[in-house]
Formats: sequence, C-alpha cells, structure tokens
Amino acid sequence: MEKTASYRFDLTRYAWVRRLLTSRWPQFILRAITLAGFVLVILTGFIGSPVGSRNFAVMFVWIAWWSALKLIMLPFGGRAWCSICPIPMPGEWLQQGWLVKPGGKKFNLGLRWPRRLRNTWLQSAGFAAIGLFSALTLTTPVVTAWIFVGLIIVAVVVSVVFEQRSFCRYLCPMGGFIGLYSTMAPLELRPQPDLTLVEKGAAVREWPRGCPWINNPAALKANANCGLCLECLRTETGANMTLNVRSFDAELGQPGAFRLDEAFLSLGLLGSVMIYSAVFQGPWGALKNAALYAGSPAWWGFAAFFLLASFGLLPALLAGASALVRRTGNLGKPLRMVFTRFSRALLPLGLLSWIAFTVSFAFGKMAYLWPVLSDPFGWGWNLFGTAAVEWQPYLLSATPVIEAVLLVAGLIWSGRTILKTAEQLGVRGERRWAAAPVLLFALAGTLTMLWLLIG
Amino acid sequence: MEKLAKSLVAVLILLVAAVPLLGQQITAQPETIELRARMPENGGWSQEFIYGQVNVPIKLRMTSDDVVHSFALGQSSRPSVEIFPGKFSETELTFDQAGEYTFYCTRWCGANHWRMRGTIVIEGPAAAAQPTSVPPLFLQLGLDLDAPHLAQIIPPNRPDTARARGRTNALPDGLTVGDTIWSKSPEALWKDLKADEALDDQEVWDMVAWGLSLQGSPGWLAQGRELFTQNCLACHGESGKGDGVMVRDLPPMNHDKMGSEATRPPDFSDPAVLLGASPALLEGKIIRGGMGTGMPYWGNIFTSEQIRSLVLYLYSFQIELEERP
Ligand code: HEC
Ligand SMILES: [Cu+2]
Repeated sequence: MEKTASYRFDLTRYAWVRRLLTSRWPQFILRAITLAGFVLVILTGFIGSPVGSRNFAVMFVWIAWWSALKLIMLPFGGRAWCSICPIPMPGEWLQQGWLVKPGGKKFNLGLRWPRRLRNTWLQSAGFAAIGLFSALTLTTPVVTAWIFVGLIIVAVVVSVVFEQRSFCRYLCPMGGFIGLYSTMAPLELRPQPDLTLVEKGAAVREWPRGCPWINNPAALKANANCGLCLECLRTETGANMTLNVRSFDAELGQPGAFRLDEAFLSLGLLGSVMIYSAVFQGPWGALKNAALYAGSPAWWGFAAFFLLASFGLLPALLAGASALVRRTGNLGKPLRMVFTRFSRALLPLGLLSWIAFTVSFAFGKMAYLWPVLSDPFGWGWNLFGTAAVEWQPYLLSATPVIEAVLLVAGLIWSGRTILKTAEQLGVRGERRWAAAPVLLFALAGTLTMLWLLIG
Repeated sequence: MEKLAKSLVAVLILLVAAVPLLGQQITAQPETIELRARMPENGGWSQEFIYGQVNVPIKLRMTSDDVVHSFALGQSSRPSVEIFPGKFSETELTFDQAGEYTFYCTRWCGANHWRMRGTIVIEGPAAAAQPTSVPPLFLQLGLDLDAPHLAQIIPPNRPDTARARGRTNALPDGLTVGDTIWSKSPEALWKDLKADEALDDQEVWDMVAWGLSLQGSPGWLAQGRELFTQNCLACHGESGKGDGVMVRDLPPMNHDKMGSEATRPPDFSDPAVLLGASPALLEGKIIRGGMGTGMPYWGNIFTSEQIRSLVLYLYSFQIELEERP
C-alpha cells in the first residue's frame, strides 16, 4: 500500500499564527461569547415566545447554528466548533480550576472512562435521540432549552467524575457526528512530520495537564478524536505540533482503520439524513405528524422505523454488498474489515447529503431569522426594524441545482474512495469491478437523496 | 489574568441574563396578555381565566400551537378573530361592566372543540342598579331536562303556519301569550286547543305552528340557521338526525342510561322527539347542556335571543314555521 503524498501547508510556520494560537485569550474570548449565547438560548427557550418560528432559541440554534455548523464549520474546519464550544466550559473550569492560566484548585475524581464505552456508541444513541425528537425540538422552544440545560448538567457531572474532556469525546451527541465527518476537513492538528520515535512515544500525560481529548498528540494521525482545543501547542514541547491546511482528501484518501461503532455511526448518519429529508422536505403530512407528536403511537412507529432503517437496514445492505465484494474479489480479509472500510468510504456521501439537506432546509427557513433577530423573545420588540419581514424561501430556483451538484459531488468522491478502498483491500486487475455492489449502494443512496430533496 | 477571565465570563452572562429580564419589564405592558390556542387534547387555551378591570382595555396577543382556531366572546356580536399557528393576531377588549365573560373557539378544531372555553373576569365597582335577571323558564318551572319526553300524538301532516293563516285570520288568545306557549310542548298545546276549538286534528296542528311562528324576533330564522350550522351541525347533523361527523362513532342516546356516557344526540327528524318537548325544555338543555352526554352548554355563549332563535329553528325540523313579515 503505497502512500500518495497529499497537499499540506503548515500555518503555524508563521510566528504570529503560532502566537495567536498559543495564547489562550483569543480562544477563551470566543468561548466566553458562545457561553453567553448558550445562556441566552436557554433563557429565551424558557421565557420567550412558545412558538418555535418566533423564538430566538429555536431559530438560532436549529437554523443558524446548526446550518453554519454543517455548511461551513464542519466541512472547512472539522472540529473547529469543538474548539470554541461552551458546553464543556463550566465543567472544565471546575475540573481544572482555571480558565486561562493553569493553577487553582482542581475539583475532580479523574476516573478513566469505562473501557467498554470508549467508542461512539453512546454518541450515536444521543444523536439518534435528538433526531427522534427533532420535529418537537424545532417547534417547541422549551424542549431546546431543556436539552441544553441537560447537556450542561451532564457535562459538568462527567467533568467532575471522569478525566479530561471525556464528555466531549465519548458522550456529546454532536461529537460523534462532527468527529466522523471532520475526517474530510481541510484543517488538521498534527505532530511535526520529522519527530523522532522517542518524541512520538513521549506520553502526553507527562505534560502539565495532558491532552484534554485523551490523545497522544505526538502520534496523532486522524482528525476524529482531536477537538482542536490547541492545548498541546501550549505545552513546553508545543513546537512539535503544527496546525495544517490540507487537501480535503488528505486523510480519507489514505488507508485508515475504522471501528465497528464508527461504521454504524457512518451509516446511521446517512440513514438519519434521509429520514430528516423525508420528514422536513417531503410531502408526507402523516410522517411529519408522526414525528411531531412524540409519545403517540404513530411516533413510536416512526421511531422504530428511524432506528431500524438507520442502524439496521443500511448496515445490513452494506454488509451484504461487502460480502459480495469479498467473494467476487476473492479477498482474504475478514468481512468485518471489508464492511468497516467501505462504510468509511461512504463518509463523503453522508457529509454531502447532510450539506445538501441543510441547503434546502436552511434556505427555506432562513427568512424566519430576520423577525426573530429583531424580536428574539417574541414579545413584540423591533430592535433592528426587521420584525415584520415576511417569510419567503431564499434562492428557491437555485437550490435544486445546488443540491444536485452537492449530491453528485458526494457520489463521485465516495465512488473514488470506494475504488481506492477496494484496491487497498486487494481488489486488483481484472477483478477491478468487484467493488460494483458497494458503488451501487452509494448510487442508490444518492438517488434516494435526490428523490427526497428534489423529487 | 485568571481573575480578568473569570470576571469576563461573569459579566457576559449577567449581561445576557439582564437583557430579557429587564426587557420584559420595559416592554411588557401590563394589559398585553399572551393567549395561546391549542386543541383541547393539547391543553386548550393557555389561560382559562383572564383578569381585567372595568374600562381598562385588555390587549390579547394570540397564537396557535397547532391548527387554526378562532377567538370569540360569548353573548356578544363582536366578530371572531382567527388564530393561525406561528402567527400572532391581536385584539383589544374593553368591558364597561364588572362580571364574568366567556370566550370560546369558533373553529371546529377537533372532537373536543367545544371545550375550548375560558372566562374573562372583569373586576370593578359593582354596577349600581343591576336588574336582577329573571331565571330562565326551565328553572322557574322546575323542568327535569333529562326525563323522556316523547310525544304520543303525531300529526297526520307536517304542521304548517301558512295553511293556518290561510284558513282564518284570528288566532285563539292562548296562542299569542309568550310564556304559555313557551312552557308547553307542541303536543300539550295541541291537546289544549283541541279541547276548545271545533277543528280537525291537522287544523289544530297548523294553529300550533302559527303560534310558534309568532314567538321569534325579527330575523330569527336566518339567525337560528346560522348558529345551528356553526355550532350544532357537527353533532346534530344537517337534517337534525343526530348523525353529525363528531358523533358518528358514538352509541345512540338511551334515556335509561342518560349521562353515563357520551352518546349521539336524539333524532330531530322523528316527530315524537320535538313535538313532545316544550320550548322551555329545549332552551334549558341548550343553556345548561347535557349531564355527561356530550351536549355542550351554551348559556354563557349565546344571548337569550340567540337561544330562542335556535329553539325555534330546531322546531322547523318538524314544523313549517314562518317569520313575521
Ligand atoms: C358535541 C356534540 C353536540 C353539539 C356541538 C351540540 N349538541 Fe345538542 N345534543 C348533543 C347530545 C349528545 C344530545 C343528547 C343528550 C342530552 O340531551 O343531553 C343533545 C341534545 C340536545 C337537545 C335536547 C333534545 C331533546 O329532545 O332533549 C337540544 C335542544 C340540543 N341538543 C340543542 C343543541 C344546539 C342548539 C346546539 C348548538 C348550539 C347543540 N345542541 C350542539 C350533542 C351536541
Ligand atoms: Cu379550536
């Protein structure tokens, strides 16, 4: 397996960039602001207008933030959001005793996260749960507020009981989603390529606080678990770490291991975006209602369908396709490995489906933002004179084209990655077409998304 | 440095918390009340009671959490205000008398739609000399509204006002006096007249029709029809058969078990039902409603004139009534 060189550019070669990142202040100020925003969202959720489309909390979180995350921060910055996310901040403050200058009283038990749970299963479950209640969250501001209060409480408790940012790494429902797709982001934090083995082996635990994300930065190879907290840059050996811009394919183009839980998350996310598209953009009123009335019999049906399709049907189909590839390609690798590698190759399809869905969803709803900006609590204010802006979807004629382009790009990217993966697994020469079943799977996924979004 | 960071966090959070809390103080005019409409299954009106003062306007900002609803004030001719999901409709109410007023939803938003009712309590100096209102006739007479009251005598043909007027231009005295007619079922009235007058059965029935026709105030027919269509049709059905969409799956009415379960309304196309019921009884039922039968009470929603029109309109399922020219 020869490694193809991919494009990388070290941003921290500029002294001022390194200084900007090494100082804790810029990041701290951003986090302080997001924390205040977080508090504002909780407050408006509780005391603002109970009508979803009139409430700043719902609009800001589920339209503005969620769209910005999927359209900009995630595809271009990977875990950039995690870098400034306020949720772990109060807990971390307790845990470490400081915000910008190490010192102060620590308050934590520092237990290690249970071994069995050191994976993304809990994150998948959290993400699925949010998905199941999404129609409710979107229309009912208090639910959003409660979710946020819950997140903060869990984050604080986990920070006090367990070491470092165990919450972010193993529990945060968004963490699994962002981590998985950050594999394709053109931004990475990595050790200098010419570190000696000794330096690479240097356990990060010897550093003053250790890697908050529980990695060994000197051996970092993948984006998924690096939260870009930048703490490693701030250690004595920080000069060994660099922040690089890279090509989108730099990581995914290389062979990489993928655990079973990650494979299921990858397919689960693909399934979820299809169901989201069906619920929010589809013409099926009954489906929408079923999704909305959490707890009703129809909703249970919806929930069962959601879970079975995302975490049962899609994995089963891909496992079938993988088994075929393995037979016809005469691969000596275990099925589990073939299956997980191919689900990794499907990441671009998933990411671009999410982006396409977000385009149609966000452009349709964006106009709701203007009134909410002027009247964040729905109390009849008019701060910026935009309270009465009528709702209208933006770029209506362009969105189908944009969506189609995005989905096709995802198909091509995934297709290439599938072929590359097949080659890495040993599909060669005249057996080259053995990968066809997985390609078909990707094609079917794309067509389903096209049908759901564009019709 | 660390202190600075901590105070920055504190200041930002306080600032953010202060904005809505202070803002609420500044902008919320005390009279503006936010009223949310939801189907009764989802909680009905967000406020069952609204409090206000005499002659102080109450501004309502209304929105719906589910389907389209509509806000109307009982015993009033104010047009109702539509309430759409995700939008705000506003209306202003001023009351010049202390008391309790009923508001209700006029949109058939679901099977329990009619439960969407609330009360506006207006406080203030008690009105000086309020005429003590006369209790409705059914209370004065002590009627048992839930007792069976089927008529035994059925007219050969549909009683017809015009036919009676064509035959004679003098109406027996007993037929013109309001309360007499209002307290007797058409059947009882027929028996009284039959004893006094030398007329055949059908002719007496026509007289009864004429007598009833005289009880309505101008415009009662149109008013009664409109009120019935809007408020009663969904249960009582277009032809009064008691087969409206809201009750189709319910068991038929049964006098022996009256009140033990929700039932279908009686069949007004069966002459025995209406001809055995006095106007006072029908009026009483409309005012008071059923006892556990599903028949809503309308006493604080309609004016007594509107209820009279409804009673007469109900009779028109059996009797050919006319408005006075
Ligand atoms: C939610 C369904 C429902 C609605 C709406 C409704 N009714 Fe009824 N009504 C019933 C039922 C059920 C009965 C029979 C049980 C009872 O008498 O309590 C009934 C009985 C009556 C009776 C008594 C008849 C008799 O012979 O005893 C009258 C009069 C009546 N309704 C008038 C009205 C009028 C007028 C309206 C509209 C303003 C109306 N109802 C709206 C369900 C309804
Ligand atoms: Cu209603």
